[in-house]
Amino acid sequence: MTAVVDLTWTAVCAWDALQAEAGVAVLLPDSTQVAVFRTFDDGLHAVANVDPFSGAAVLSRGIVGDRGGVPVVASPIYKQSFDLRTGACLDDPAVSLAVHPVRVLDGVVQVGSP
Amino acid sequence: MTRTLVVIGHGMVGHRLVQALRDRDATGQWRIVVFAEENRPAYDRVALSSYVDGWNADGLALAPHDPEVDLRLGDPVRSLDRAGRTVTTASGVVQPYDVLVLATGSYPFVPPVPGRDLPGCHVYRTIEDLDDIRATVAKAHGGGRRAGMVLGGGLLGLEAANALRGMGLSPHVVELGPRLMPLQVDEGGAGLLKRLVEKLDLTVHTGTSASSIERDGDRLFAKLSTGLELDLDVVVFSAGIRPRDDLAREFGLEVGARGGIVVDDTCRTSDENVYAIGECACVGGMVYGLIAPGNAMADVVADRLLGGSAVFPGADTSTKLKLMGVDVASFGDAHAATEGALEVVVNDAVAGTYAKVVVSDDAKTLLGGVLVGDAGAYPLLRPLVGRAIPGDPVTLIAPSSGGVELALPADAQVCSCHAVTKQDITDVIHSGECSDVPSLKACTKAGTGCGSCVPMLKKLLEECGVEQSRALCEHFDHSRADLFEIVRAAGITTFSALIAKHGRGRGCDLCKPAIASILASLDRGHVLDGEQATLQDTNDRFLANIQRNGTYSVVPRIPGGEITAEKLIVIGEVARDYGLYTKITGGQRIDLFGATVDQLPAIWKRLVDAGFESGHAYGKALRTIKSCVGTTWCRFGVQDSVGLAIELELRYRGLRAPHKIKSAVSGCARECAEARSKDFGIIATENGWNLYVGGNGGFTPRHADLLATDVDTETLVRYVDRFLMFYVRTADRLQRTASWIEAMDGGLDHLRSVVVDDSLGICADLEAAMAVHVANYADEWRGVLEDPEKLSRFSSFVNAPGAPDPTISFREERGQRVPVALGIPEVVGR
Repeated sequence: MTAVVDLTWTAVCAWDALQAEAGVAVLLPDSTQVAVFRTFDDGLHAVANVDPFSGAAVLSRGIVGDRGGVPVVASPIYKQSFDLRTGACLDDPAVSLAVHPVRVLDGVVQVGSP
Repeated sequence: MTRTLVVIGHGMVGHRLVQALRDRDATGQWRIVVFAEENRPAYDRVALSSYVDGWNADGLALAPHDPEVDLRLGDPVRSLDRAGRTVTTASGVVQPYDVLVLATGSYPFVPPVPGRDLPGCHVYRTIEDLDDIRATVAKAHGGGRRAGMVLGGGLLGLEAANALRGMGLSPHVVELGPRLMPLQVDEGGAGLLKRLVEKLDLTVHTGTSASSIERDGDRLFAKLSTGLELDLDVVVFSAGIRPRDDLAREFGLEVGARGGIVVDDTCRTSDENVYAIGECACVGGMVYGLIAPGNAMADVVADRLLGGSAVFPGADTSTKLKLMGVDVASFGDAHAATEGALEVVVNDAVAGTYAKVVVSDDAKTLLGGVLVGDAGAYPLLRPLVGRAIPGDPVTLIAPSSGGVELALPADAQVCSCHAVTKQDITDVIHSGECSDVPSLKACTKAGTGCGSCVPMLKKLLEECGVEQSRALCEHFDHSRADLFEIVRAAGITTFSALIAKHGRGRGCDLCKPAIASILASLDRGHVLDGEQATLQDTNDRFLANIQRNGTYSVVPRIPGGEITAEKLIVIGEVARDYGLYTKITGGQRIDLFGATVDQLPAIWKRLVDAGFESGHAYGKALRTIKSCVGTTWCRFGVQDSVGLAIELELRYRGLRAPHKIKSAVSGCARECAEARSKDFGIIATENGWNLYVGGNGGFTPRHADLLATDVDTETLVRYVDRFLMFYVRTADRLQRTASWIEAMDGGLDHLRSVVVDDSLGICADLEAAMAVHVANYADEWRGVLEDPEKLSRFSSFVNAPGAPDPTISFREERGQRVPVALGIPEVVGR
């Protein structure tokens, strides 16, 4: 049996407002910050915006690209790369980012939170 | 049992002996005590003339010994008790020894010219000698051209002349013999050498001696045997060396007829417990004044001390040097002294190159040679001495043969300074120990002496199939320089187009900013236009410098560090109104810290309205051009340094480059602007400007090297245009100018030939590219303020514009706002 979790969805912005290969920062009602990225192939990813290595809320401002085909964002502070799909840090296996549910509904991007 | 080795003398050869012994004496058989006359440890005397470039003795330092070595500086040995095996020093220390090594070196020979002891007459051997020469030059008040005389036109004499040239003097070189460098170079080579160095402001008097030197007030007057009289600031004697064998003579060791402590082929003197090495030793009837034979002797003694059976292999007197940018090399039997030897000469007066090989009477064996003007063939030819020549000897030096492919035999010595053979090098390459030139240098010591074999090391790496990858990252196999040419030649305007055709994947934080920088250098639109915005590192993306808490700092351009009171007030008001922490930067500007992303446009609106523009403190770009106050105010200034700094900063502002570029202009030789610590630095002279390049602070501080002397402003700007554009086009990603020049084949001399002499014929193109940059410059921040789409990206939260970032908070320190340290989430388990 699958556990059903009721998600609260927060509207982010219009899908069309997202630039490919770039991120935006989102403030959830509980003050959690999320970084939302649109990749070149129109993939959509949401991970925590706070960089675990510096504590600064900056990951939405990192450079988006790939490492060996894995979509990644590089932290602008100390340059560690994170897998956009899983949040795993590729430079330090002990570290990972929280991953948030994200969807597009009626042309609007939404981030989910429990 | 531990035995005691006493070494007298800590020059390069004494140093080499100690290092070689410490490297190999794994079981600690020897305790080493060194007594040195000089107050400083051994330094690179071969490179002495380079001391003039920065007057920084540290630049000549050799690797220090480990602390086990007992090095006593400034305490020369005064007497030997050979029977009791002790030495006694000037300070009265009595030191017993088991084995004694004399490495006392040599002293300069000063010919008996009347007046040779006058103040202002110097020898050229030590750092202190150069300091003394400098002091004399500073004191002499000559009108018009300042001149110096060097007595002696050998290798050392030309080095000394180069040092005088570095001090801004026009040197006269007076050589008794019929030609320059009579020991190393033949008549044909010396003729060309004379012609080439005379172009560089040297006056050469061969077949001439000095009859007398007289002093009149501040000036020295030298009369030459030709009747010519010279008005001089300084006189330098560099007419050869004599072995320091006085201690050996006094205490009964055998010395040679023409001096030098007689040693056998194990470097042992007439006392079995005493060795002599280097310039104080006379081996096979010869005293050698070169480093390679000295090093070889040191290695022989180190081996013997550890029970080995090494013998002195005979001296390799091959020489390769670069004098004022002129290549000179001499190897083997350069003067065709071998019976029946044949000479093959290619003398190209047009190209300014002279090449001679000396071969055996059957033209089958290479015996030696001389190269002047271009010594590129030296690393290949020298190891072939004594070996069979493949084919016609002329192909060895014929320029039309396009570089002969010569297979070096495995036992051929590639590095003669450290006696490293081709086999030694290929062994460590094949074992996987070394895969690049720096590791080869560290591992085998090859290339760490005179450096002439470094091109050969590269070649051997290639021959062994070790690819020297210059790939930018996993997405591009090309180097940055190659990508620059691709983007330029193909007119590419987007990253996507480039990676689709010339790369793979989607790019990363290495290649994206590098390509963005190339696009910016080529003026392909605003750095935040469309896709370009996504390539930029956060600093370039928000045109500000990110700080540890995710806020940014703002640096408006203040050209030359000159600012009006009104503009200062605007900066103060902006800082006050936004609560920004202010600090004066090292580059004579003002940095405003603590701005959030969404505050940046409003802050810049006020700055731009007040006439400020971006300072590019965030970019790999021209940063600032510092200046001292120059002639306008300073009573010592000789040129308008502020005026030039502003002119240059406005010319090169916004120029994107592989790394940041810093510069400064000093109005006189006192150098208050610290121009020599900059990528390009300019120092005023009475006649114009001196241009220095390749300096930096940072991890590895480095002084800039002199590129051009006494140029007028127009020429200076032309040289800087070429230098910067050449750097922008050819350097690697994040390579500062210093390491760019260092990595260049031919180094500074090559750079000078490209930028000053236009040896590649690209200067017009480089200047045209800079003209495009200057014409197209526009303030990046104004570009953002005028474009609503770009402005829209300066938002804290896309779903809550204007909401403050809850992680950012400030506290007060010394009356200003500073960030509160951020908590690091516990998930980081380190």
